[in-house]
Amino acid sequence: MIKTDILIIGAGPVGLFTVFEAGLLKLKCHLIDVLPQVGGQLSEIYPKKPIYDIPGYPSVLAGDLVDNLMEQIAPFKPGFTLGEKASEITKNAEGNFQLTTDKGTTIVAPVIAIAGGLGCFTPRKPPIESIDKYEDNGIDYMVRDPEKYRDKEILIAGGGDSALDWTIELADVAKKITLVHRRNSFRGALDSVDKVMALAQSGKIDLVTEAQAIGLKGDDKLTHVTVKTKEATNDLSVDYFIPLFGLTPKLGPIAEWGLNITKGSIEVDTTDYSTNVDGIYAIGDINSYPGKLKLILCGFHEGTLMVQSAFKRIYPDQKLSFKYTTVSGVNAFE
Amino acid sequence: MHLNSLMEDTNITITIIDREDVSHEIEVPTDMNLNVMETAKASDLPVEGTCGGMALCASCHCYVTSSHELPQASDDEEDMLDQAFFVESNSRLGCQIKITQEVDGLVVKLAPVD
Ligand SMILES: Cc1cc2nc3c(=O)[nH]c(=O)nc-3n(C[C@H](O)[C@H](O)[C@H](O)COP(=O)(O)OP(=O)(O)OC[C@H]3O[C@@H](n4cnc5c(N)ncnc54)[C@H](O)[C@@H]3O)c2cc1C
Ligand code: FES
Repeated sequence: MIKTDILIIGAGPVGLFTVFEAGLLKLKCHLIDVLPQVGGQLSEIYPKKPIYDIPGYPSVLAGDLVDNLMEQIAPFKPGFTLGEKASEITKNAEGNFQLTTDKGTTIVAPVIAIAGGLGCFTPRKPPIESIDKYEDNGIDYMVRDPEKYRDKEILIAGGGDSALDWTIELADVAKKITLVHRRNSFRGALDSVDKVMALAQSGKIDLVTEAQAIGLKGDDKLTHVTVKTKEATNDLSVDYFIPLFGLTPKLGPIAEWGLNITKGSIEVDTTDYSTNVDGIYAIGDINSYPGKLKLILCGFHEGTLMVQSAFKRIYPDQKLSFKYTTVSGVNAFE
Repeated sequence: MHLNSLMEDTNITITIIDREDVSHEIEVPTDMNLNVMETAKASDLPVEGTCGGMALCASCHCYVTSSHELPQASDDEEDMLDQAFFVESNSRLGCQIKITQEVDGLVVKLAPVD
């Protein structure tokens, strides 16, 4: 079990900077994110785009801002649980929150800060009829263990890097691979595109372009995927269908924690960004209040005020004296 | 709806058909550098526009059902459409369709969302 002062859900820019402001008050933080990397939207959606409205940076690449934030918070030694989704919150006997992830990790803290952005990044699901029915019964949205597909018939759909990479990787494992893509050209890395074309030419994979998966058939388990091309519509026999269409944010488990939520955002009190649940705060894109703007700099401000309130909650008897970093410096944690 | 009624002469009208098949005729100014995604959002139609119009999220996927000759989709737009669903030959990203005189009378239908 992991113990910390402030448990931050979401390692986007706002969650990351909050570690710094908490550190100045000698509060320790642990962050959870469902993504395998930190940075939230900046890393997942636009790492190579320049941002122009971070105070003091006329222009900074989103990816560089994340790297800088990581460097800035390093002295405060935050803990990270990445690649896991925060799923359940309960209270333990001492009145602390106990959070459990989808992989069973438990983290205990007196304060929770939800910095969940637009929600949990989750694989895009093709809106094909009865797709839910076959989830885990022939449909996987990500490849966890390639061995699962040994000697099986696989249909992969998508045209980006992950569709290409898994086609290449599974070509030697699976009995048969069909790659279905909407266009004739691919957007993935040139090297992977070349490899996939070579595999198709040598007959190792079936490449079906200008095509889309439009239907699913089977009993309890998926047996066929209906694929529509310009010329025809065919049912292809499969053991597994792996749609790889990237990730999109979905509110997810946060909706079930008893918080006041309107239009997918958590309502907060702007004095300290507290929610209706005592001890749970919400900062960054995930919160809403009159005049809210979903901007990185606003999230930084919210995190800064929030940790002051968290401190008073954790140490009700201690006085907090406000000091500039120019006066106090940054006192790294042991 | 009048987004900017003072500039009446620069306005055009486009029609956005929502996912319930209801048509919304919208009057929009051509001098505000708007696009179809922003126009839909400004009219409270259910378009997320998660990426703010950078062809990075596909939440503004729509079908162009009028016969307008639009500028060809960029590589970025095509790449993003690869991650959308129910993509047809008339699929576009709404944020990549600029509101100009050329699109007066445009009709688009919002694509299904997952
Ligand atoms: C294309 C684009 C361009 C942008 N340009 C700008 C700009 O120029 N300037 C600007 O200020 N802002 C810009 N933004 C907005 C900015 O990216 C957001 O305001 C910022 O990312 C919000 O940070 P955050 O930390 O609140 O959330 P996010 O960055 O969304 O991070 C939240 C993280 O929480 C995780 N999460 C959520 N729920 C859970 C859960 N239950 N368990 C585990 N993890 C969870 C998510 O996976 C995600 O990684 C842009 C956004 C986009 C998409
Ligand atoms: S708004 Fe994101 S792609 Fe158009």
